[in-house]
Amino acid sequence: MRDGTMETWDVVVVGAGPAGLAAATLAGQAGASTLLVDENPAPGGQIYRAVTETPVKDKRILGADYWSGGRLVETFVASGAEAMHGTTVWSLDPDRVLGISRGGKAHLLQAGRVIVATGAQERPFPIPGWTLPGVMTVGAAQTLLKASGILPAGRTVIAGLGPLLWLYAAQVLRAGGTIDAILDTTPRANWIAAASHAPGFLLSPLWRKGLALMKEVRARVPQFTNVVSIAAEGEGAVRAVTFKIASGLERRMEVDTLLLHQGVVPNVNLAMAAGAKHVWDDRQCCFVPVLDDGFESSVPGIHIAGDGAGIAGAWAAEERGRLAAIAAVRALRPEASLPDDQAFRQLLSRHERGRAFIDALYLPPASFRVPEVDGTVVCRCEEVTAGEIRKVVALGCEGPNQMKAFLRCGMGPCQGRMCGLTVSELIATERGVPTADVGYYRLRPPVKPIALAELAQLPAGDEATKAVVRL
Amino acid sequence: MSIGPRTADVIVIGGGIHGCSTALHLARRGLSVIVIEKDYPGRHSSGVNAGGVRQLARHLAEIPLSVASMEMWEHIEDLVGDDCGFVSHGQVLVAETEAEMDVFRARVGELNMLGYTHEEMVDARELKRLVPAVSDTCPGGVVSRRDGFADPFRTTQAFRKAAIAAGAVFREGVRVTGLVRAGGIWTVETDAGSIEAPKVVNAAGAWADRIAAAVGEPVPLEVIAPMLMITSRVPAFIEPVVILRSRKLSFKQFPNGTVMIGGGHLGRPLRDRNVTILDWVKLSASAQTVWELFPVMREATIVRAWAGIEARMPDDIPVIGPSRVADGLFHQFGFSAHGFQLGPATGSVVAELVATGRTNVPIDAFNVGRFSN
Repeated sequence: MRDGTMETWDVVVVGAGPAGLAAATLAGQAGASTLLVDENPAPGGQIYRAVTETPVKDKRILGADYWSGGRLVETFVASGAEAMHGTTVWSLDPDRVLGISRGGKAHLLQAGRVIVATGAQERPFPIPGWTLPGVMTVGAAQTLLKASGILPAGRTVIAGLGPLLWLYAAQVLRAGGTIDAILDTTPRANWIAAASHAPGFLLSPLWRKGLALMKEVRARVPQFTNVVSIAAEGEGAVRAVTFKIASGLERRMEVDTLLLHQGVVPNVNLAMAAGAKHVWDDRQCCFVPVLDDGFESSVPGIHIAGDGAGIAGAWAAEERGRLAAIAAVRALRPEASLPDDQAFRQLLSRHERGRAFIDALYLPPASFRVPEVDGTVVCRCEEVTAGEIRKVVALGCEGPNQMKAFLRCGMGPCQGRMCGLTVSELIATERGVPTADVGYYRLRPPVKPIALAELAQLPAGDEATKAVVRL
Repeated sequence: MSIGPRTADVIVIGGGIHGCSTALHLARRGLSVIVIEKDYPGRHSSGVNAGGVRQLARHLAEIPLSVASMEMWEHIEDLVGDDCGFVSHGQVLVAETEAEMDVFRARVGELNMLGYTHEEMVDARELKRLVPAVSDTCPGGVVSRRDGFADPFRTTQAFRKAAIAAGAVFREGVRVTGLVRAGGIWTVETDAGSIEAPKVVNAAGAWADRIAAAVGEPVPLEVIAPMLMITSRVPAFIEPVVILRSRKLSFKQFPNGTVMIGGGHLGRPLRDRNVTILDWVKLSASAQTVWELFPVMREATIVRAWAGIEARMPDDIPVIGPSRVADGLFHQFGFSAHGFQLGPATGSVVAELVATGRTNVPIDAFNVGRFSN
């Protein structure tokens, strides 16, 4: 970094999952000065987390799809793009200035183009007791497995739905772990809704893989289907899970670990804080950014690739990353030699095929998206319950931003990641209007908390260099 | 959607704290009022300001209004049916040097001569008692003991709700596109049709210059975006609001332990897009001041930063009073980043002015004509 000036890059890619790796690789190969920043110590994102350094060496456990991430990392390393791992992006503004933090030091960077590839996060799963120690998400448990080889402790129950649930269950079993039960919350109606999309899905390789995983797990783990309500119980830690199935049967199982998962949704925080317009997606029941065919958002110069552009999986994420990179580099220098994007578009549409089936099958039922029990905590940071939110809506509060003033809902350190969708859908349900009309939290930077001491030592940039783009 | 009434006694343009307060006071005087708000009440500076309820360190011309407002703040629940989150632990202007102490002494002496006693000098010992966390090197300061802070969004909503209860009609998400006067009646054109009234109040905040320009009364309004930050929770350590003069800092801790850091550093407003861009280099300067002055804050993290969009006049005091060029138009804008506390009383004064043509509260200093000379 030049002393006293703001470091500038042609393209800054945020997130080193499949979309970010593919985008940075292509931009680097095209000769653009390209920086890939990522929070984790090593590349891979969530899906290929720790692919270069996982202690889980038996390749059978995490599976061939996981290990295929290694190839992406190799081509990235050879691409000429640079990487900053262990680096948090805490701000991105419409001028494409990024606030980053690395090794306890904060800096500002200026980018000519930004590709936000911050991927997906797990959809909130607010049930009674979900804040108890011992209850965690399947995604978090899988992170522990990939990065540290850790298996769930004691009697373990997994509840919810979605492809990741089955993949993780299979990985645990292959690694020698045990799962005491799976509580499948997929409503029977979803199978019927999904059936109309089956022809597309039958052409997708995901079909065969998904079936194989479910078969592998079901052979070894008792499963309850049509689960309609779940609650975690315990004082100080989870001791039991109670659940009810559609037929009316109620059960209680003692557990040490309860893992929850009901699919993934775009991680919108950085893109929204930068001002990118998002709209409600009825099919996936989440907010997705408005993008053009170069994956550029409503904020000029800021592209959004990967699952952050709408959930489509790792393979689609790669192609989206490449297409975003082509558009970004072309905008910076039209004369650059770039690959033809048609091949990538064809691959993308092939990978997106079958998505409608998965979306329909694994859409969590409304009762698990909007808690029915008033005492259920919705906002974990500020400990706000569903009942409190219902009361404030009844008093005339119309949206999540107005609600902040009354309940501080969404104002904690997680910036609404754990409650945003629940709050929007809960308000919409109570008001009897579409979630699209209710909208989402207006997000403020820093999108990840930054230490006061770090901000105090932010190097003062030279304003004159702010606009310089290194070409 | 119902179009609502097309005529009223008064149209108020702008649903911030000032527009809502004026609407409330007009409605309670028995006048029919339509408030036109392009977003929703409290969307901009009225909802996202620092919430300071401050008489301390005000421009002399603002003191009568500020003192009148303070009386209303102290009974805010009687006025709007909500306590607005108002807490009163005083506001303290901290002197960092003896030279600053001298300036403050002269100021408090001047106020006392004018008969105002709300500002009071304190020595190093009393300062330490009021703000134990303050650095030992500070020689003293000025306290205004009745001051405090409130929740700005909640306050604006409370005024809106009270105004509606008193009969005011709010048209939200409706934008004014023009206004013309003919035959003693204003026609306010909006993107949802036109509305008529003999009188109009321009309380359009950072957009008020456009309303003024539309009637041929250009004003030198600057659009500003004062930045604020809030920290994670830290143990309770400070009750009053603390202000520094030379290093631009205002600092307060909420009952839940979070700390708000402000002081007037400006971001960049894009008013046509309802967007502000933060300047992290300036926010860094605020963080540095806090780090130096309050060692207890050194472990804190910043969880949120933002800026509202508001209006500043060249002399840092608002425009309040009748238009010089257009009958039946009254201005109420340009509060220059310190209008929140003035909201309750200014609404009352402007309502009086609209209804009766006069007011006993001195507002001459705020006349719009001051910029034309």
